[in-house]
Amino acid sequence: MTVLLYLVPMALALGLAGLAAFLWALRSGQYEDMDGAALRVLSDDDVLG
Amino acid sequence: MAEALDLSIYVRRDAGNAHMDLAVEGVGCAGCIRKIEQGLLQVPGIVDARLNFTNRRLSVDWREDALDAGDVIRALERIGYRAHPFAPDRAELDEAHHARWLMKCLAVAGFAAMNIMLLSVSVWSGNANDMSQETRDFFHWLSALVALPAVAYAGQPFFTSALRALRTRRLNMDVPISLGVLLALGMSIVETASHAQHAYYDSAVMLLFFLLCGRYLDHAMRRKTRAVAGNLAALKAEVAHRFDGSELTIVPVAMLRPGDRVLIKPGERVPADGTVISGDSEIDESLVTGETGRRSVSAGAAIHAGSVNYCGALTMRVAAAGAGTLLDEIERLLAKAQAGRSRYVRLADRAARLYAPMVHATAALTALGWLVAGASVHDAIVTAIAVLIITCPCALALAIPAVQVVASGALFRAGVMLNSGDALERLAEADTVIFDKTGTLTLPEPRVDNANAIAPDLLEMAARLALSSHHPLAAAVAREARDRTPFDGAIEEPGQGVRALVAGSEARLGSTAFCGLRTDPRAPHVPAASCIAFSYAGRTTLLAVRQKLRPDAVSVVATLKQRGFDVIILSGDRREAVEPVAATLGVRSWLAGLDPVEKIATIDLLKGQGRRILMVGDGLNDAPALAAAHVSLSPITATDLTQAQADAVFLGDRLQGVLAAVSISRRARRLMKQNLWLAVIYNAIAVPIAIAGYVTPLIAAVAMSGSSILVTLNALRGRDPAADVSLMRSAVATPPGLRTRSI
Repeated sequence: MTVLLYLVPMALALGLAGLAAFLWALRSGQYEDMDGAALRVLSDDDVLG
Repeated sequence: MAEALDLSIYVRRDAGNAHMDLAVEGVGCAGCIRKIEQGLLQVPGIVDARLNFTNRRLSVDWREDALDAGDVIRALERIGYRAHPFAPDRAELDEAHHARWLMKCLAVAGFAAMNIMLLSVSVWSGNANDMSQETRDFFHWLSALVALPAVAYAGQPFFTSALRALRTRRLNMDVPISLGVLLALGMSIVETASHAQHAYYDSAVMLLFFLLCGRYLDHAMRRKTRAVAGNLAALKAEVAHRFDGSELTIVPVAMLRPGDRVLIKPGERVPADGTVISGDSEIDESLVTGETGRRSVSAGAAIHAGSVNYCGALTMRVAAAGAGTLLDEIERLLAKAQAGRSRYVRLADRAARLYAPMVHATAALTALGWLVAGASVHDAIVTAIAVLIITCPCALALAIPAVQVVASGALFRAGVMLNSGDALERLAEADTVIFDKTGTLTLPEPRVDNANAIAPDLLEMAARLALSSHHPLAAAVAREARDRTPFDGAIEEPGQGVRALVAGSEARLGSTAFCGLRTDPRAPHVPAASCIAFSYAGRTTLLAVRQKLRPDAVSVVATLKQRGFDVIILSGDRREAVEPVAATLGVRSWLAGLDPVEKIATIDLLKGQGRRILMVGDGLNDAPALAAAHVSLSPITATDLTQAQADAVFLGDRLQGVLAAVSISRRARRLMKQNLWLAVIYNAIAVPIAIAGYVTPLIAAVAMSGSSILVTLNALRGRDPAADVSLMRSAVATPPGLRTRSI
């Protein structure tokens, strides 16, 4: 069972990374305009510009 | 535009760049985002433009030396959108901040709940099989490592609120929640240290996660409502012509300062309280006093914000908010009415007051009982804490917010926006509806009363011609126009009327003399109406302009009465004006000619009889009455002060919102009560198991999530629009900025 000694902390670390990513996204305002984000993905002019 | 528009209060400057937020009208599809952003970025000088599609707001940055705020708005107009500058108010900023904080707490609690559950499930299945004690302890310690910081962070909304309540010697739902969470954590640590089999880290964190979900949704709904209200306020775009000695500037009303001189043209609203310096005119004060007759004013007269100037141009000086103005009197009455209103105790808090002592007493009795029965102190305390955990007010604390979210969403779609959190519960309790007349039962602006009696082509032509006039009566006629393009070459003759050459003949709209009419024998006999004449190619007609009832006023009042509400009209208008309205609506109890003090007195009298009053009003004179009533509604056209007092605001030309508010809130209250009973039943089953000492963390987790899901599902039944809100379907024209989806 010693495999748990590094597997479990690794799982927790991955979870923490996810949490950090979410908090970063929240801070950078990516949750401010949920409806707009859903529509912006359809516009393709950033490829041209 | 000859006059310059000064928007400097909306512009934030920073190192050569300027920034402004705008509420944009008519944003409806994905294409608008690109059209607006790309269109603006092509304007030289604009550095950044970003449209928030969720709340229809645009933020623009530009180089200060290249453009000014007016240029940005004109650029948007060229692209095809009307936009209004806008400064988010303090409350909105605070709420945005709070929402972020709740979201962070939610994320932390979610992370912790998932990972601890991962460890807990392993322990539960390990306990059933052959997990070694070392592995179990390792998992428990890991859980503690995650749970302690997570609870310390994500529990803050509950801990602070519980502390605040305790400091004022009250009990709210957050007290038992905080106590449950802290005790569960504390006991788990002690148990872990003594290598015991059961620990409750998962219960504590999951409880926080569920409750934070409820709180966040509740908060998000309220923010959405506030954003729409903010946009509507910005779209009103109230501006004033300020005269500073030599030139006129158009400024937003928010920019006016006491002592400013303001020019009020005919047909415009008075932008602020003050005194007339020069000019003679008649003003319509129906939004201020409820009186539909007009008052003539000249130099020295006091006038109030919200009145409409009728005939001549006036110059006024803006008064300081000082002694003697009507506003001060209203504010004094408001303060009194608010102080007189007893603090409303919300259903959830009432439940908490019953629940908390009962739960804590049960836990104490359990501990005592086990001690008497000969159990060890340790076992007795562990069982008592298990009782606290299993009764953890998860279902109870979700029971009400869940319904609240669903019901405010339903109200929002019906065009009713809640201002205060407990309005929903108070609305459900109302048994008497008091209406103000002017602007509430009647439309806020006058309309052509005899439109059906006039030849349609003549009416259409009169209406189009009226588009070229600034006179308020003409504005009423212009509302009938289907084709909104004014005639070319229309000339307005001040004080007389407006004329234009249409297809070779002259059309005239104005006074009877201007149109070549004497007293017309066919003059419509409508009391309290103002007549305006129209002539075209030998044909003439008289249009009667007056305050009309809202299109569904009769059916709404009838439905309210049918549902057992007592309907009363309290108006500041003259008796002759109120009587026919009351007769048409079939309302037997009405009072006319009331001032704000008398309105409050009447409401207090009715309150003394034990009635719960829903007051619906729009005028400045209604504000104290709204504050004094049990719960209050006002149309979106109401004065700002009045809207601020109302518990909810309804949109559109129809009175339907009142009915929707009453139906949805009653339904919501039924669901809240059902949910509370569900929580009670759940406890009745779970608590005996806990007292008997059979609760394991697994049972606690299943019971908690089961009951929470049950109350949430029950709350979702409030979405069903079929039941008793069928009338709402036809309701409310969608106002700008309200093209939102349901949450």
